[in-house]
This record gives sequence, structure tokens and C-alpha cells, in this order.
Amino acid sequence: MAANVNDAAMTADAPDLPPAVAAPLSPPALVAGSARGSVRLFAVALGAFVLLAACGWVFPRWLTFLLTMAAGNGLVSLGIVGLMRGGVVPFGQGMVFAAGGYAAALLYNKLGFTDAIGLALAGGVAALLLAAPFAPLLSRYRGIFFAMLTLALSMVAYGLLMKLDALGGSDGFNVGRPTILGWKLPDAHAGYILYLLTIGVATLAAALMRTAFDSTRGLVTLAVRENELRVEYLGASVRRAMAINFVVAAFCGGLGGALVVLSLGHIEPNFSYWTTSGEFVFVAILAGWQSVVAVFVASTVLEIVRSFSSAYFPNTWQLALGIFLLFVIRFLPRGIGSIWTPRGSR
Amino acid sequence: MALLVAQGLNKRFGAVVAAADIDVAIDSGERVSLIGSNGAGKTTFVNMITGYLKPDSGRIVFDGRDVTALEPRAITRLGVARSFQIPQLYGDLSVLDNMLVANACHDQTLSFRLPAHRGDAVERAEGLLERFRLLEHRNRRVAGLPGGVRKLLDIAMALTAAPKLLLLDEPTSGVSADEKFPLMDTVMTALADDATCVLFVEHDMEIVARYASRVVAFYAGRIVADGMPRDALATDDVRRYVTGELLAE
Repeated sequence: MAANVNDAAMTADAPDLPPAVAAPLSPPALVAGSARGSVRLFAVALGAFVLLAACGWVFPRWLTFLLTMAAGNGLVSLGIVGLMRGGVVPFGQGMVFAAGGYAAALLYNKLGFTDAIGLALAGGVAALLLAAPFAPLLSRYRGIFFAMLTLALSMVAYGLLMKLDALGGSDGFNVGRPTILGWKLPDAHAGYILYLLTIGVATLAAALMRTAFDSTRGLVTLAVRENELRVEYLGASVRRAMAINFVVAAFCGGLGGALVVLSLGHIEPNFSYWTTSGEFVFVAILAGWQSVVAVFVASTVLEIVRSFSSAYFPNTWQLALGIFLLFVIRFLPRGIGSIWTPRGSR
Repeated sequence: MALLVAQGLNKRFGAVVAAADIDVAIDSGERVSLIGSNGAGKTTFVNMITGYLKPDSGRIVFDGRDVTALEPRAITRLGVARSFQIPQLYGDLSVLDNMLVANACHDQTLSFRLPAHRGDAVERAEGLLERFRLLEHRNRRVAGLPGGVRKLLDIAMALTAAPKLLLLDEPTSGVSADEKFPLMDTVMTALADDATCVLFVEHDMEIVARYASRVVAFYAGRIVADGMPRDALATDDVRRYVTGELLAE
């Protein structure tokens, strides 16, 4: 008798289902669900790093710099994607981006700490510490309220940075060339070495974020996006999950901010301006929330569009960007990542 | 000692009385059906026990502990689980992923380092899916599943916590007449080896008569009958306010 439950239910309702919906979900192509899966994931990350390093060696300097910026900015968007998986989109990640950048720059200029790896980590930690007190408050909000609150925080930070002369005011200030583990970077290869550092951090962060997406917390984050009530009734705290995701995204943002500042050699309040935050969101939407690789591809696309549009259509590059986004939303609603991730992948 | 004790529960929504001096004690292992017409106060009672609604006055004691002021999450951790009239599932995820979410939430194993699809978690989830005859659907997207399967999955997720008390809110609603008994058979078979106390809200008196060991009938926020199914269903109040038999006469 009981054996007929599923058969009866399937028989009654299945014909109404669209075939694509009823089809089994494909397992993700690369899931860190086991020790072997993790080894494979980090091997792929290492392979990507080696490939990018080799490309950077032969690429012209302008392209290497562009990819450095794309990787640094992509780290901020990677954090946003982590939040998007839980159903919220922050419009103020410029704040943590600036926090990371200013922390690295101030450590360099005021304390004489010049190690690039240490500065990058310090940027991430500074952003995390700045964001952490706001995490419990923000974890209560969803949708436009979450977006606007994060935007408000970033604009408060922007206003403060503009007014604080000790931090360079509206002009910001310059940062010297960092060292790596005590090694002074040679003039001829400094850009390439910072490129290696940035893509190294980016590939490692991408692998770690993929591991996080495939973890128990990552899966529950997806559940929160769909049905918070049930998560609470299953015994987990939705607010805690959202707060932790926000802090992780802040760390990624600070890391990205510090790395960008080290390559740019300059920091200014615009790092926290709302248009900067908008670009990070643009990249996250362009990428979609399924693939970590797509985040960096999307970030590179933005940098390329920005560079070429600025060169050929000065002052109207945002127009090209907008048209490009419309195209993506129309033809790739799940983002660039949907090109190589099957429907139903996490 | 009773597993669940509700003492003097009152709850109003404006002029509507959803609970009026509810007193009831339920023991471990009982199969209790909550019956009543729409708006009688059954779901309000369930929502108060699970912490979703706070009573205006009164006290709820579960397993010797006052849970009146606790949040749903805290009550769940004490051993109370529930399913919903409209299954509360994660439609974009697979059946297996839904079970893994339930596992992770219940076990408090939320970590960025712990893979969701690790062997022991999958094995445990599949074991429960098999008890509910859902294993064949493990990789299917939940949004595309038929109603009966979704109902079973909703209940299976609640059982992940191995609760002492399981509340089923209208487990057969939205399920076709042919599927009701097979669905309840599957649920009760899956629960057969457990000492779990089951409270289920139900409108179908055939289901109530077959699967309940005790019936608690509600009307206008009050309990109008409480006893063995045969006795409770035969009372005038139940025949008048719940089944409508006396009105028909």
C-alpha cells in the first residue's frame, strides 16, 4: 500500500511538469565534498595560477596591470557573491574596500610596515573589524533595506574620509612600493610581481570560497535565501548565518582594497563612493552566484570595457557598460557563470 | 510525567479568540489528532507550542521545561519538530540537499570547512529518505516534485532531528484522495520504531479514526472534546461543531 504513494503522486502530477524542472539536478562539476575533491579543487587553483603567471610574463604591461586590478576588485565581488547566495546584495562594499586600502596605506606610510603579504592581510582584517560591529544590525534586514543600509554606511565612510585631513582629505595620498618577505621589488618587474601576488591571493580566495560554498554553512546559506522560516524551525540561526557571511565578505573586500592600493600606489575617498560599490555589484550580477571563476572573468570584462570605452568613447563608458549589462541580463540571466555551470548547480 | 503540558493558554487576534483557557497534557508515544473546523484554533495551538506565536497568557512545559518564551529555534533544539500545511522546502535545491540542510541545522554542524556532501551526512540523509520511500527522488529538484512527495519530504526533514514531539500540520491536505492513506501509512511506518509523540492536525475523520490514539477537538479556541477517537468523535460538540453531523440532522 505504502509503496504506491510515490508512484501515485508521480502519476497524478508529473505530466504537468516541464521536463527541465522534473529532470534530476546535475552535481556540481567541482565539489569540495571530500578530501579528494578538495585536493582536486586546489590543484585546479594552482594550475590556474601557473597559467595566469605564464600569461602575465608575456602580456604587455598595461594588460598585466589591468588583470591585477581585475583580480583585486574581483575579490570584493567574490564577497558580494557570497552574500547574494544568502539572498542579499550590499550596495556599500566600497566601505570595506576603502577600509582595506586605507589600512594597508597607513601601515605603510605611518608605521613603515612594507611587506605586501602582511599589508594585504592587514587590509582584510581591518575591513573585517570595521564591518563586524554592524553585522548583527544588518543581519536583521533583507532586500532594499539591506542594500540601502550598507550604502549609507559606505557614504558615511566616504564623507569622513573626505573631511579627514590626516588621511589626505579628498586627494588621498600616495603609497610607496612594498616589499615581499624583506625582498625589495626590482623596478623592472615590480608590476609583474604584484600581479603574481594579486592573482595568487585571488586564486587561493576563489578555491577557499568554493570550499565554503560547498560546505554545510554554504548549503544553509542557500536555504536561507529560499526559506528563512524553515531554517529557524530546523534549529539554525538565520541572523547568525547572515552576519557571518557579511563579515567574510568584508574580509574579502578589505583584501581586495589593500592589493589594489599596493599596485595603484594611491588611495583616495572614492574607494568608498557609491559608484565604486555599484561596480562591484555590477561584476557580481554579471558573474552570477554559482561560479567563483565567473567573478574574476566578469571583473576582467568590466576592466576591459572600462579601458577601451574610456579610450574610444571618453565620458560615456558607463553607456557601454549599461548596454553590456542589459545584454547579459537578457541572454544570461544567471550570469556568465551559467555558460559553464549546469542549471541546478549550487 | 507528561511530555507536553499546556496550562491556561489564551491567545486573541483582535476580536478573534484563537485560544481560550487551553489545558492539555500529552504523554510520550501518543498519536494525537487535533481536529476542528477552520479557525477553531488548531494551528494557533501548534504555533504556540513551537514558539512561532506567544500566548497572551498561560504556560507551555515541554519535557519538564518551561518553553513559553522560547524562540522556535530553541524549542526545536529541545526536541520539538514540525511539518507544515504548505510544505516549507527549498525548491531550488535537490531532495538530498534539503535533507542535508536539515541535518546540518539540527546537528549544529554549520562550518565553512565541513563539506555538506560528506559521506556520513549523505548516508544518514539517504537512510531517512529510504524510510519515507523518497530515495528514488534524491537528485530531483524539489520545485518539480508532486504534492505527495513534497509532503513526505517536509515530514522527513522534521524527523531529521529525531524529535521527542513531532507536529504535523494537516499532513494530507492538498494530497489527492487516493494518496492520503498511503501517505499516512508511509509516515506512520517510518515512525513505527521511534518513541516520538505525534500531534497531527487533520480534517479527514477517516484518517483521524485510523491513525490517532487520541483526539483533541477545538472549537472557537476552546477544547470541546478530548479522548479516544471513538468516544471523542461521538460527542455532541464534535458532531455539531467539527463534523457537522448534528447540523445536517
